[in-house]
Amino acid sequence: MSSVLYDTPGPRAKRRNVILSVVFVVLLLLLAWWVWSALDDKGQLEWSLWKPFTESEAWTTYLLPGLGETLKAAALAMVIGLPLGAVFGIARLSDHRWVRGVAGTVVEFFRAIPVLLLMLFANEVYARSTDVSTENRPLYAVVTGLVLYNAAVLAEVVRAGILALPKGQTEAAQAVGLRKGQTMRLILLPQAVTAMLPAIVSQLVVIVKDTALGGVMIGFTELLSERATLAANYANVIQSFVVVALIYIVVNFLLTSFASWLEKRLRRSKRSTGAVLGEDTEINPAAIPGTFGTGENTGGGG
Amino acid sequence: MPSTYATHPEARDIVFDFISDYDNPTLLGAFWMTVKLTFFSGIGSLVWGTLLAAMRVSPVPLMRGFGTAYVNIVRNIPLTVIILFCSLGLADIFHVTMGASDFKVQGFRLAILGFTAYTAAFVCEALRSGINTVPMGQAEAARAIGLNFTQTLRLIVLPQAFRAVIGPLANVLIALTKNTTVAAAIGVAEAAYLMKQMIENEAQTLLIGAIFAFGFVVLTLPTGLILGWLSKRLAVKR
Repeated sequence: MSSVLYDTPGPRAKRRNVILSVVFVVLLLLLAWWVWSALDDKGQLEWSLWKPFTESEAWTTYLLPGLGETLKAAALAMVIGLPLGAVFGIARLSDHRWVRGVAGTVVEFFRAIPVLLLMLFANEVYARSTDVSTENRPLYAVVTGLVLYNAAVLAEVVRAGILALPKGQTEAAQAVGLRKGQTMRLILLPQAVTAMLPAIVSQLVVIVKDTALGGVMIGFTELLSERATLAANYANVIQSFVVVALIYIVVNFLLTSFASWLEKRLRRSKRSTGAVLGEDTEINPAAIPGTFGTGENTGGGG
Repeated sequence: MPSTYATHPEARDIVFDFISDYDNPTLLGAFWMTVKLTFFSGIGSLVWGTLLAAMRVSPVPLMRGFGTAYVNIVRNIPLTVIILFCSLGLADIFHVTMGASDFKVQGFRLAILGFTAYTAAFVCEALRSGINTVPMGQAEAARAIGLNFTQTLRLIVLPQAFRAVIGPLANVLIALTKNTTVAAAIGVAEAAYLMKQMIENEAQTLLIGAIFAFGFVVLTLPTGLILGWLSKRLAVKR
């Protein structure tokens, strides 16, 4: 094992690594023992507190319905947010200065605001000026907040995806006489969408995590708020947190794995132009020309 | 009947009047709390995140494994779960009070603990991605001209890695600023906490939304612009 930071270890480095490993294991074991005894001290290791999770009632009454609501909100947010994001992403690449400016301002505005503020605001607007039932309002508010924020993020993903395509694609399209709209619709978007798929799937992880905010702050009955009901019923706060955290980890791990599988597959495929936005692609404002509405876009089409 | 601010200056006072009704926290006090949360969690996660990154790139496989496991577990748990656990689990059951005597200070410190644990995973990934931008050839060239290990790191690799890291770290800092609103879930009197109170009790929904949105734009936009400019300026041209 060699990296830019160190050489392939020789005999002395190997010995040192073994010593470090042993010290590290001892430290980890000490930490584990400390956590275990703290749990034991407070009687948190009692089987009766963990037992509910081996029976179907806890799952069918609380956890699975909660997870269902979480996934429903996440799916709705993505299905509504993606087309909206695509519109704004393409608008930011427009040839018309004012279209670029307006789209850029909207996108930067919603990216700068915490998603919780958007949810609180949407919740209040629905309560005061619409006849959405009290029962449905939390779902509406959560999805609205998530859509506004994630559409702005996805707009940047779409824009980065289109900008990452080789310039020759636009030039070739213009050379065969396609109009601007045709170039975008027939040439750039189809290639950009495949390149963006991994980044879009990993944005789903962010959305799933953000649904938990709605559970605590505006009474959306998703997984985390079902945990509170469950813990109130079985008096197992610590245990319910551990199980709920594990559920989130499994769901998000599956999404992340799917994203990196997609990314690998797309990188391999012969038809791709080589531009793939990875799951780790940072939408770094400094890396994208024209961010913050400075209007120095170099991208083609619109 | 026209009643603009120009003809009736007192109209402005009536519209904004409600703000002075809130003194626990005040509007500025709430945003100051957001800044404090960001500042302390930022320092904490920079320290812990750097340690994690050091583990993830270390030659000891066990440390690499621990770093990878920590990052992958923490990144996939919602921040809300972590913050809520700090309050309902650590404080209420294990009586971790963080040396605080009253409830308010305790919530504040627990929130910082949660934000630090969560954000450190992202700091670690940002640092690692920065180190990964340094091509292998740089270290090989350094060794070829006879530099030893510490010289290679100190003179060649780390200076390039630090410069590549500013952009990603700026994004983490902006995300942290916005994430501090989650502390409202455990009753820390920061911006989202005050906004929830105001927007539920006052009639000026749109105005309140605009005030708090403006506050966050003011907090995050300069950070992005300044650090974005810095990262572009210092970027290693390849």
